[in-house]
Amino acid sequence: MSAIAFPAPDAGILARRNEIVAGLSALVAPSALITSDDERRPYETDALTAYRRMPLAVVLPSTTEEVAAVLRYCREQGVPVVPRGSGTSLSGGAIPQEDAVVIGVSKMNRIIEIDYANRVAKVQAGVTNLAVTGAVSAEGFFYAPDPSSQLACSIGGNIGMNSGGAHCLKYGVTTNNVLGAKMVMLDGSIVEVGGSHLDAPGYDLLGLINGSEGQLGIITEATVRILRTAEGARPVLFGFPTSEQAGSAVAAIIGAGIIPVAMEFMDKPAIEICEAFAKAGYPMDVEALLIIEVEGSDDEMDAQLARIVAIAREHGVTTVKESKSAMEAAAIWKGRKSAFGATGRIADYICMDGTIPTGQLPYVLRRMDEIVKGYGLRVANVFHAGDGNLHPLILYNCNDPVEAQKAEDAGMDILKLCVEVGGCLTGEHGVGIEKRDLMTYQFNPEDLAQQMRVRAVFDERWLLNPAKVFPLEGRIAA
Amino acid sequence: MTIHTPTTEAQACAVVKSVIDSATPLSIRGGGTRAGLGRPAQAESTISSAGLTGITLYEPAEMVIAARAGTPLALVQETLSERGQMLPFEPMDHRALFGSEGDPTIGAVAACNISGPRRINAGAARDSLIGIRMVNGRGELVKSGGRVMKNVTGLDLVKLVSGSHGTLGFLTEVTFRVLPRPERLVTLQWSGLSDEQGVALLSKALGSPFEPMAAAHLPAGLVGDQAHTLLRLENFSDSIEYRAGELALLLGEFGLPERFEGETPAELWNLIRDAAFFAGTDEAVWRLSLAPTNGPKAVATITRSLPGARWFYDWGGGLVWLAVPPEGDAGAAAVRDALRPLGGHATLVRAPDAVRAIVNVFQPLAEPLMRVTVGIKKSFDPAGILEPGRMYAGI
Repeated sequence: MSAIAFPAPDAGILARRNEIVAGLSALVAPSALITSDDERRPYETDALTAYRRMPLAVVLPSTTEEVAAVLRYCREQGVPVVPRGSGTSLSGGAIPQEDAVVIGVSKMNRIIEIDYANRVAKVQAGVTNLAVTGAVSAEGFFYAPDPSSQLACSIGGNIGMNSGGAHCLKYGVTTNNVLGAKMVMLDGSIVEVGGSHLDAPGYDLLGLINGSEGQLGIITEATVRILRTAEGARPVLFGFPTSEQAGSAVAAIIGAGIIPVAMEFMDKPAIEICEAFAKAGYPMDVEALLIIEVEGSDDEMDAQLARIVAIAREHGVTTVKESKSAMEAAAIWKGRKSAFGATGRIADYICMDGTIPTGQLPYVLRRMDEIVKGYGLRVANVFHAGDGNLHPLILYNCNDPVEAQKAEDAGMDILKLCVEVGGCLTGEHGVGIEKRDLMTYQFNPEDLAQQMRVRAVFDERWLLNPAKVFPLEGRIAA
Repeated sequence: MTIHTPTTEAQACAVVKSVIDSATPLSIRGGGTRAGLGRPAQAESTISSAGLTGITLYEPAEMVIAARAGTPLALVQETLSERGQMLPFEPMDHRALFGSEGDPTIGAVAACNISGPRRINAGAARDSLIGIRMVNGRGELVKSGGRVMKNVTGLDLVKLVSGSHGTLGFLTEVTFRVLPRPERLVTLQWSGLSDEQGVALLSKALGSPFEPMAAAHLPAGLVGDQAHTLLRLENFSDSIEYRAGELALLLGEFGLPERFEGETPAELWNLIRDAAFFAGTDEAVWRLSLAPTNGPKAVATITRSLPGARWFYDWGGGLVWLAVPPEGDAGAAAVRDALRPLGGHATLVRAPDAVRAIVNVFQPLAEPLMRVTVGIKKSFDPAGILEPGRMYAGI
């Protein structure tokens, strides 16, 4: 695929590569600077593997001060910078460009402090999402946002993208779970926003930083909220004869005042793909599956499930399958969380990420099917039903350039559909390069201009992750 | 003093545009009940949201409500209540504290990020605010966010504007996510604990799986002669029964709690939400946000230099409401010195205009953050016409 443009690399910077590398080598330890072709190659792309660019150099600092020194240097030299966490972005947020230095925070992977009495953990930006939960689980706590890539993705990347996950219906997304951040600005100054307390003074810069996609600075530390784990959790499978019935059951559950901790939807193609991979015991004779998870004591879960089952029956559920053991529960979630990986075993795919008002679900499912079929392709749907965050997986063969282009076009049509019904282009994966050129579809020029003016406060020359989020044409510098 | 009352977004844009050239400062008014927040206003004319009212969208099954900014908060809450829902963050009513009159508006709740006791568990107003439409200082209509709760499309200007006290724009419409009202509400009350013990109890409860939705400690003298430590549970009836029992067991070291149902606890929680213990006095009132276990430490330090202070704790100890004599700097130096080693920040919520004009009402920011703050203000309001000086000098 090659539909998405990158800014033309600055020939002057490319010509000065040796000089710039020498400059960087004076700032960081030799082991922190990556310059050879072989070693730079893993940094060419992220989880949006259809696009790749070889960066000028890669720096993996160990301290906030090293990040500051490198940023200050790059600013002086006018060299673009692409921040990187673990490189799991599905929207191309960490894909570099030829004239850019990648600054990766993967070596900054220390848990700095855990404070159970105040229910916060201070961690370096390169700590993985799951490692935060791992560090506090023995005491019965967890970190709530749980993107599917949580084994690999970093807290720094999570903040950059304001990552969500399956359980945010109850616990919110990253921005609702981060209390403080240490960020290095482009000029090398180090700022601390928030801390172990709530609601930092002044403008809500923390809220602005979350989801800013590496365009405002580089996060090196974060203070995150940790929560006490519920006494028990039980995912239950609900099979429905139609997607419409599954969708109306979701609306009715919420309407009855029940907020399950998660409500995940899978359509038949997704069920087949995930079952073949995870052997989770998903029912194969239904058109739509809901995984609904409840939490609490055994009695509380029984009571809540009884309410949910009664509602599901009113909406025509044909299969209700409770997990009978921790192993079965784990298998149910393994199937869902490996949906992307499992799909990758049977075909190449692109994973879209629009959000829609949940009332539009039946219409959008029907239209998506028509759109993808119109391009002669197949789609499998897994998504967070409670909040309308869709993840259609468009299947194609990446060795066929025509088919690849069709898949990308179908994806763009689906995102436009999400905006048309009152939703948005991206619920949790970020704009990156992938949806950048659709931003004018969701926002009018005044909306985008205001965002760009705010961006310019942090980076008036567009050096920080410049290929991302905003269309390449019509950019505002101040 | 001119008061502009636009009835459409286009009129609101025209009002702002009309004062840009003359750089006439414009103050922003909703119901006027919270006008005492921030530094004293320095505006010559006012733009009011009184002409922009009405609920524009309510989808109970999607848990979302949108209203024009001047819509009375009470109307929003009644509309939600009719369908068994509520705003998740229990917004404070400032009328008791300020002695103000009028109807609070939903726009001001968003603009000033107004939350209450539920904030400790359910997040602040800004966490539930998912979409805004506003007029910036250029007289342009700008929207951010939308009507869906998961949305990371572009920079999150919603959060930036929430809590900006009108200094970045005049909100015309706001969209909030909402939650079901709980079936039942129970308050557990322990009595006679010290501040440290009370906050220790709250920390232990908030770190349990039993999800208290509000957690406060009232030192002796606020409600009767004894201190009271309070936990509020909200859930389905059978769940509450179980959780109240488990919490009493878990917190056995602090004694046996009393248990309240129905209106009595609601009234007490409203006093806590509104800091109404300090209503009708001439005391200056501070609001300190800090790590919960640091709450009693800060109070101990502050009261050494400000005898006669009164205080109580919300948010499990992490929010300290402090009433001090209004003389001099209204305790600013003592309060901010006490926070320096502990972290957190302090806001002077109520004090005479003359005091709020000379002390920093909001916590002073570190130099690089102040630079960013100035830049952001300029990016929305280059002529500096929107509520200039409401938050910081020139901001």
